[in-house]
Amino acid sequence: MKNSNKGLNHDEPILFEIGGMDKSGVDLNEPTFKENFIGECFEDREIGLPGLSEPESIRHYVRLSRKNYSIDAGLYPLGSCTMKHNPRLNEKLARLKGFSEVHPLQPLSTCQGALELIDEISIWLKELTGMKAVTMTPKAGAQGELCGMLAIKKAIEARNECNRTKVLVPDSAHGTNPATAAFLGFDVVTIKSDKNGRLNFDDFKENVDKDFAAAMITNPNTCGLFEDDIIEIANYIHDAGGYLYCDGANFNALVGKVRPGDLGIDAMHINLHKTFSTPHGGGGPGSGPVVFSNILKDFCPAPLLKKDEENYYLVENHNDKDIDKSFGRLCVFHGQMGMFVRALSYMMSHGSDGLRQVSEDAVLNANYIKSSLEDILTPAYEGYCMHEVLFNDDFLSGTGVETIDFAKALIDKGYHPMTIYFPLVVHGALLVEPTETESKNSIDQFIETIRELASKTQDGEDFFKKAPIYTPIRRLDETKAARNPVLRWQKNDVIAAE
Amino acid sequence: MRYLPLTKNDREEMLNTIGVNNIDELFSNIAEKVSINPKFDLPNHKTEMEVEKHLSLLSDKNLHADNSNFFIGGGSYKHHIPASVDHIIQRSEFLTSYTPYQPEISQGTLQYLYEFQTQVSLLTGMDISNASMYDGSTAAAEAVSMAKRITKRNEVILSNTIHPHYADVIKTVSGIKDSEFFYNRNFSIDIDYLFNEVDENTACVVVQNPDFFGSCYDLSSLAEFVQSKGALLIVVVTEVLSLGMMKSPGAMGADIVACEGQSLGNPMNFGGPYVGLLSTKNKYLRQIPGRIVGESEDVDGKKGFVLTLSAREQHIRREKATSNICTNSGLCSLAFTIHLTLLGEKGFKSLSRLNHESALNLKEKILKIPEVKLLNKSFFNEFTIELPIKGEVFVDRMAEKGVLAGIPVSRLINNNKELDNFVVVASTETNTEDDMNSYIEAANEVL
Amino acid sequence: MAEIYFTKDHEWIKVEDNIGVVGITAYASEQLGDIVFVELPEEGITAEIGKDIAVVESVKAASEVYSPVSGTIIKSNEDLNSTPEIVNEDPVGKGWFYEIEISNNDELSGLMSEEEYQKHIGD
Repeated sequence: MKNSNKGLNHDEPILFEIGGMDKSGVDLNEPTFKENFIGECFEDREIGLPGLSEPESIRHYVRLSRKNYSIDAGLYPLGSCTMKHNPRLNEKLARLKGFSEVHPLQPLSTCQGALELIDEISIWLKELTGMKAVTMTPKAGAQGELCGMLAIKKAIEARNECNRTKVLVPDSAHGTNPATAAFLGFDVVTIKSDKNGRLNFDDFKENVDKDFAAAMITNPNTCGLFEDDIIEIANYIHDAGGYLYCDGANFNALVGKVRPGDLGIDAMHINLHKTFSTPHGGGGPGSGPVVFSNILKDFCPAPLLKKDEENYYLVENHNDKDIDKSFGRLCVFHGQMGMFVRALSYMMSHGSDGLRQVSEDAVLNANYIKSSLEDILTPAYEGYCMHEVLFNDDFLSGTGVETIDFAKALIDKGYHPMTIYFPLVVHGALLVEPTETESKNSIDQFIETIRELASKTQDGEDFFKKAPIYTPIRRLDETKAARNPVLRWQKNDVIAAE
Repeated sequence: MRYLPLTKNDREEMLNTIGVNNIDELFSNIAEKVSINPKFDLPNHKTEMEVEKHLSLLSDKNLHADNSNFFIGGGSYKHHIPASVDHIIQRSEFLTSYTPYQPEISQGTLQYLYEFQTQVSLLTGMDISNASMYDGSTAAAEAVSMAKRITKRNEVILSNTIHPHYADVIKTVSGIKDSEFFYNRNFSIDIDYLFNEVDENTACVVVQNPDFFGSCYDLSSLAEFVQSKGALLIVVVTEVLSLGMMKSPGAMGADIVACEGQSLGNPMNFGGPYVGLLSTKNKYLRQIPGRIVGESEDVDGKKGFVLTLSAREQHIRREKATSNICTNSGLCSLAFTIHLTLLGEKGFKSLSRLNHESALNLKEKILKIPEVKLLNKSFFNEFTIELPIKGEVFVDRMAEKGVLAGIPVSRLINNNKELDNFVVVASTETNTEDDMNSYIEAANEVL
Repeated sequence: MAEIYFTKDHEWIKVEDNIGVVGITAYASEQLGDIVFVELPEEGITAEIGKDIAVVESVKAASEVYSPVSGTIIKSNEDLNSTPEIVNEDPVGKGWFYEIEISNNDELSGLMSEEEYQKHIGD
């Protein structure tokens, strides 16, 4: 094999090129049974799984890991993703055997501590949001949306108003909002944003008619702005007999500072992996509890956690009378317990006072970046932002450099790019969310880097078009990947290569 | 506050730069509408030591698999996880990275997901797999939604021996109407009755194998029959280790396979997070939901990996997307793939056999207890017994003796008296001869 | 001699007698960028004027194709399954999507001429 390593930057072949059918990193005893009891579908088949010894596998995965950017290594300014520090205490506590080695269907008398933990985090979430009820089971933000909208659908059915099928979604919304509503059979109507980056209330009102079911509004929205008319919108929705679903993806801007329950919201999901610091893990696992107002709380999914004089118990069957209005069940068992432990550890560490400081610092950092860059980049909207700041690509006009090129050049400067081309309402969008866990030094350095790159765009596009150059791999051909999808390794790959 | 780097000075300087006097000015548009800075009935911040103590006390209240004799399965299994798995998944670059949308600085995640997709396809005997789902139950629901899109039909038939939670999730998450949902919450050890249910309105038949009660089936003739009616066969597997001793679902003719992958690399965690596996045939490639990694090359012709086929997904197709799914189960799929790499072909098949052997041994011992009957004609690492007393009573009494003895079927199916005395019992490579003897001793006392 | 008509959603249809050939315009294919996949209608199904009948995907976008007229699908361009790039290379020729037997030729009067379409995209 040709050596194309560069210093600390090692190439790593895929597992199937280095593993062996006769290799293993685990010592197991030999089974001794004579006859199996599998029956007619027993087969001693060749699966084709390569193995590695322990040293080889550790090296394989460590070398792979070094090809990833991470929040531990640098600022991760991804807007609407809230890449904050993940405290290691959370990791330690999630691994306590009394949480990690507990089976979800143990007798309830043997897992009272686990149920008490779910009750505690429920109390925190209800108190912080000012909402009446919470369901902990949704497995991610998108499933939280599904949960909230299912409750709304059930509530509409309970009122015998099944004609209500229209869901209004702003054009700045995350794609999961319209996808969720459409998945449930609602007709999605897109509402335009106004020139201030907020939902156009007049356009909104025009679309509320007898078919109106609900609106899904993100607040603060994906432009990093608070929907100033939210209370008027909520009242208008309720007068029209509809429901207000709030996408809580950006709760980090409000936590400890403003209660969503005071804004007239009927349901809202909370991404524990954003606001409450559970790790993103390269794309999951997430956790998306949903808080509900009084009018929706009876429609929550199973299981329901309750307590009698002494003990916690779960109402978990679809025909139990305590949950006879429930819309059903979202997942096997009781949700992402491992994430609950981490999030509760985070909440207790900050406390009521610290959580307010979280949103204040998050908003402060974003506005500081805005103020420090507004002369050289072009902010999409005037005024203060919340926890993230949105720029358009006007500052690149005439340079030949596009948003994607600017983002890729940032990689060569040691940063993960900001969110780009989202939200869709702003041309060539660059959405920057620093979070509260960056120091002033770190933010100042980021600002300086952006300023340097922005000036450099005046010197021509070449530098930007060829970026990144210092990465393990350079820009990839996404068209090729999508036209002829190769989604797995095949045995023939090796034969063809030989 | 240990997680917040800004000092009082920093904050003042920054407010100056922005041109405001205090932080609340940045919230002034909100303050015009509602009161900000509400008073919460919650404690203030705590030290690391205090938090650790509080959560440790909660943890200590639970009986767990390492301080009890543990024999529970039913979709979540106790297996030994090699130490290096948890070490690697805690590396910063895996733990604290985002979804690999910037491939140049995410090849680590993308490559292991590509390897994961290949391993899953090999295990299930299918052409392709996605980069994982939330868990087995939601993977099953997405499989059903997929089948409805592919066949453009709406009726869904579930085998009545599917995990009852899975049945509920499929109905809720795939949005199936009562009139189009065929599922009996009862216990029948054979699945031949499914042949009578399928007709030209059927989108799919969903069968769990091994089923909730532990029995194993050859589904080849069912697959053939279902497909002859233009419907799809979905196979659900909740114990992925069973695939080390059984024909693969693909070899039996499955169209879509939905598995729970928790058994490899992931602890039971009181129910989550887990990792769902979803595989299908090449011809249904464009209908599979969720993230998928594909191979490509960079501008210098170097091989690399990218997220691909994303035009199916919500962030592009919005209300026309195949699903609202936005995430996968990244870190859990990493734990899965590391554990499987450590095992390799040889280790995986040995581990599978050790599980079977353990269950065989327990069965032999249990059947010596008077009045206890085995209901299975086959099983992998769990089986169902009928007791002379109610299953729930048995399990509670056993727990008092430090034995977590199984799942009383009535906990999940509470409207069928015939099942009241049934308990599903699992035994894995972690159970020793001594554990089993303690089980029998305790059972003899409580029965 | 075949007549060509256009829709405001950037489809074209070439009509000879009551048979039409449908595709997307050069403007649309440029806007989408590199096309990676086309979901074609099955032969024999009925298309309704203005209703989505096919999907065209690029790496970063997906868009519906709306049938310019009502009728029955006679044939789909299977070449697009293996080489979707011909939609970029020759959108109004080899990159056609499907052939349709038009049920009501009157519907054609609601479509644009080439000149009108050029003006439409110029605006």
